[in-house]
Amino acid sequence: MRSGRLFSLLALTFALSSAPVFTFAQHEENHENAHATEATAAHEGNHEEKKEGFNASEVIFGHIGDSHYWHLFDVNEHPVSLSLPVIIYHPTKGVEMFSASKFHHGHESYNGYHIEKGMKEKIVSEDGAAIIDFSITKNVLSMIISVVLLLWIMLSVAKKYKKNGTMVAPTGFQNALEPVVTFIRDEVGKPNLGNKYMRFMPLLLTVFFFIWINNLLGLLPGGANFTGNIAVTACLAVVSFIVMIFSANKHFWGHLFNPPGVPLGIKFLLVPIEVISLFIKPIALMIRLFANILAGHIVILSVISMIFIFGALSKVAGWGFVPVSLAFSIFMFFLELLVAAIQAFIFTNLTAVFLGQAIEEAHHDDHAHAEAGHH
Amino acid sequence: MDLLTPELGLFVWTLIAFLAVFFILRKFAWKPILSSLHERETGIAESIAAADRVKKEMGQMQAENEKLMMEARAQSAQMLKEAKEMKESIINKAKEETKAVADKMIADAQQQIQQQKMAALTEVKNEIGKLAVEVAEKVIRKELATADSQNGYAQMLAEDIKMN
Repeated sequence: MRSGRLFSLLALTFALSSAPVFTFAQHEENHENAHATEATAAHEGNHEEKKEGFNASEVIFGHIGDSHYWHLFDVNEHPVSLSLPVIIYHPTKGVEMFSASKFHHGHESYNGYHIEKGMKEKIVSEDGAAIIDFSITKNVLSMIISVVLLLWIMLSVAKKYKKNGTMVAPTGFQNALEPVVTFIRDEVGKPNLGNKYMRFMPLLLTVFFFIWINNLLGLLPGGANFTGNIAVTACLAVVSFIVMIFSANKHFWGHLFNPPGVPLGIKFLLVPIEVISLFIKPIALMIRLFANILAGHIVILSVISMIFIFGALSKVAGWGFVPVSLAFSIFMFFLELLVAAIQAFIFTNLTAVFLGQAIEEAHHDDHAHAEAGHH
Repeated sequence: MDLLTPELGLFVWTLIAFLAVFFILRKFAWKPILSSLHERETGIAESIAAADRVKKEMGQMQAENEKLMMEARAQSAQMLKEAKEMKESIINKAKEETKAVADKMIADAQQQIQQQKMAALTEVKNEIGKLAVEVAEKVIRKELATADSQNGYAQMLAEDIKMN
């Protein structure tokens, strides 16, 4: 019943969000080349370009992408932003560290590097070397903030548990957190992992709260699109996958590589499918979270952008569209608040489901069957 | 698409941060939180079970008490009944005994009265008889003072004998 409602909600979110993603993607592809060349030579042409009209895709992709600046607002066409530290590993020059302000908002090159603004902001070495960018970007900084928040909240709550003893009713933030922890334990851990749930509870709780708090921080105005970044979701999925692989038991591997009770010919067909499905699990985790959060950000930004798109057509249309756009974006914010928790829950739940499959013990009749085969 | 290619830098930072958060929280947050939650839940469950047990025991005790009360009541009623019966029987017995004694005394008295009466009667009879004999003697002495009267009387007596 509950999962049914959850899925219909997800379907709704997808339906709402997928349309703008694709239209913007197409739009972006059409204009990508022109846009990229404009961006590199943006310094001189900046003013003229801005006056031409509102470029929604630039705004949107500027927000959802990672950046070496934390852009706050524009004053008289000049961006006010925090320049973040750039850390670059160059294969021959080694590690270099400097402030992103040296690039002067991407208009100048520094030390043989410059910023290239495509769909994503990228630092490119002018000697063409394959550099690796370990910069503390907007996403990384946002993550650090969320980590500090998370540690602060959880450690203070844990301290309260230690201080008050076990039989005292929870108060304050502890009270807010406790139902969530018990929910993860009773609705995610226990049903999927059986009696071994305590071993995986720290992972599930960390995954849940890490995703949730980052989802919520991403919703703040000016927030980073951290969980809507595929590198982040890929990282989380890889962690889940590795835990799953290392906790998988003999029964799991046996069923994977040598499905019992299947004719040999079918085995050749079944084993590759099983192996593929093994790798699809983390990929599904990665794509699901990424796409949902990204889509939510894009939808909200698109709705806001509509004001300026209509405003560029005529002032009246722009002001006229404000209530519609505001109403819709408020609705989307509430939806995204829900999605933030739901996606965190789904990621955690699916991780638990996959772990549950990996640690599932042989069923009783399977066992008897196998033993009969041995004798 | 550019958006779909993960950047290594962000990946690495995320990995480091996530693992750090995981290990710190596992040791300092989740373990104490989960264990105290577990302790509290088991504590509550135990308390409820204990309360239930006590309640059941109380119920049992109450039932026992009631049973005891009932028994005591029944016993006292029985005792009362027995005492009543005993009283009645004692009274009855006493009544009977007194009646028997009185009857006996009456009978004795009557017997004695009868005896006294009989003795008195005999005495009176004897007196009367003696008086009669004395009178008769005096009369006869006087009458039979002559020979004729003696003969006449003897003849009259003989006639009486003949007639009999």
